[in-house]
Amino acid sequence: MKVERSVRVEDKLFCNRYLVDAGRPHIKVRAHTRPSPQLLALLRACPARCYDVNDKGQVEITVDGCMECGTCRVIGEPTGDIEWSYPRGGYGVLFKFG
Amino acid sequence: MIEERFDAIVVGAGMAGNAAALTMAKKGMKVLQLERGEYAGSKNVQGAILYADMLEKLIPEFREDAPLERHLVEQRFWIMDDRSHVGLHYRSEDFNEERANRYTIIRAQFDRWFSSKVRAAGATVLCETTVTDLAQDAYGRVIGVRTDRQDGEIHADVVVLAEGVNGLLGARARLRERPKPNKVALAVKEMHFLPRETIEARFNLSGDEGVVIEAAGTISGGMTGMGFIYANKECISVGIGCLVADFQRTGRTPYELLDRFKRHPSVAPLIEGSEVKEYAAHLIPEGGYRAIPQLYGDGWVVAGDAAQLNNAIHREGSNLAMTSGRIAAEAIFQVKSRRLAMTKENLALYKRMLDRSFVLKDMKKYKDMPRLMHTNSQNFFMTYPQLVSKAMQTYLRVDGTPKSEKQKATLKSFVNARSWIGLFGDVFRFARAWR
Ligand SMILES: Cc1cc2nc3c(=O)[nH]c(=O)nc-3n(C[C@H](O)[C@H](O)[C@H](O)COP(=O)(O)OP(=O)(O)OC[C@H]3O[C@@H](n4cnc5c(N)ncnc54)[C@H](O)[C@@H]3O)c2cc1C
Ligand code: SF4
Repeated sequence: MKVERSVRVEDKLFCNRYLVDAGRPHIKVRAHTRPSPQLLALLRACPARCYDVNDKGQVEITVDGCMECGTCRVIGEPTGDIEWSYPRGGYGVLFKFG
Repeated sequence: MIEERFDAIVVGAGMAGNAAALTMAKKGMKVLQLERGEYAGSKNVQGAILYADMLEKLIPEFREDAPLERHLVEQRFWIMDDRSHVGLHYRSEDFNEERANRYTIIRAQFDRWFSSKVRAAGATVLCETTVTDLAQDAYGRVIGVRTDRQDGEIHADVVVLAEGVNGLLGARARLRERPKPNKVALAVKEMHFLPRETIEARFNLSGDEGVVIEAAGTISGGMTGMGFIYANKECISVGIGCLVADFQRTGRTPYELLDRFKRHPSVAPLIEGSEVKEYAAHLIPEGGYRAIPQLYGDGWVVAGDAAQLNNAIHREGSNLAMTSGRIAAEAIFQVKSRRLAMTKENLALYKRMLDRSFVLKDMKKYKDMPRLMHTNSQNFFMTYPQLVSKAMQTYLRVDGTPKSEKQKATLKSFVNARSWIGLFGDVFRFARAWR
């Protein structure tokens, strides 16, 4: 399943400010062989397109562009598919306008 | 570990947290406020309309130095289909008053200013500090918080949970449920910068006058949601939000939805040539009155979005947050000044005071609205906007067709789409939910 590329989210995120807490992702995807429907939904629902599929067909997350909105938590936490926290204090997205 | 003991700890420096911390600090209480962002507002997203009355109750002279953008003289509401919009505009010279009623603001700037007032009132404000857990005793009473900063706990008589819509701490401590996909909307928003004069010309404004546009219709693709366009001094906020459950169900992407909204022929000319300087996303509580959790317990109260106090119909949230934060603080102060313990029984005062305020009265008024909107989203956000647009076009196009035939055709299109029973049912259900 590929997410449409008509809108380049990377370009949008590029204008945002982030302080990335390298090596300490605040969201984790539970190890799985076949992704659940909830996990697959995150590929499209995440507004920063943090979720993607790797060559083994598993869903992965890169939190660098995360805006800490909580959408994936609401969808993916109840099923145990993901573990969700806020980044450490001061890290993560920094809105200039908000 | 901070050895000191506080009268109150406030989690979050958003609208609710700042109102609560300010109110308690002003009354001489020893307050610690914790915020995970680099500064107050660095994590917060809003449209944003600020309602003066609720802020005035906290900071009467706020107009002197608060970062305000434009005072609103005009409100537009658009019902949109893919190529057109039917609009309701209200503009009044009465809104050009000295103490204006509504302003647009930029949240990151506003919260910073608000936080400076909290510090000035004597509260200790610690930013860059994420609260990871509530500290509870063996009986489940909340006695403080744990943060990612120091090991150990910080203790206080009472904790005010003003942590916003995600409400992680309350959910982790099992004080309330985590938000459900059909009770929260995901909003995405961009900041479009243009020269001041261009904005004023495009929106028909002069000086600091402002206008906001709320939009609903096929722009949400049949999902329960709304778009918005708010004029600031030198930028325009453009955003759209829909229920998370609808995004999940339809597989539509939020950024594609926002781009479609921006490309709409009614919207595109307003932002043409602008420079986008930020893209933000945030949840909005949409569950309404029925989604409000338990608001107080032993050693804690919850205010603002964390308590789901958000009026989705009128797009009011920050004012409910400020008011519930202030009322929580006043209730806590009353309990303290009577030298009573911060128990569930005594903190019930907060709920009684909130019941008497506009906050819970307004929430209650629309208690059936979320369910109606969610179960009829296809009708309200697709079918009706299309029918209305068609009707307007038929009415306005002059083509030699007798008017009576036009009216018949319009009526027929409504009946074909929804049937008589459907139409009456929708009107009846809507009226009942609105009552
Ligand atoms: C796109 C959009 C448009 C909106 N437009 C309007 C509008 O025009 N008018 C209006 O009145 N309302 C509007 N709202 C709603 C309004 O923004 C909210 O109702 C309001 O911000 C709620 O205030 P709050 O203090 O409860 O939460 P927030 O303002 O979200 O503040 C919560 C704070 O807590 C902090 N925090 C959270 N967890 C922790 C933790 N564990 N440790 C430390 N700190 C923590 C956060 O960083 C944040 O600063 C809009 C919302 C959105 C998303
Ligand atoms: S919190 Fe929001 S932005 Fe971050 S990964 Fe989850 S859905 Fe994406």
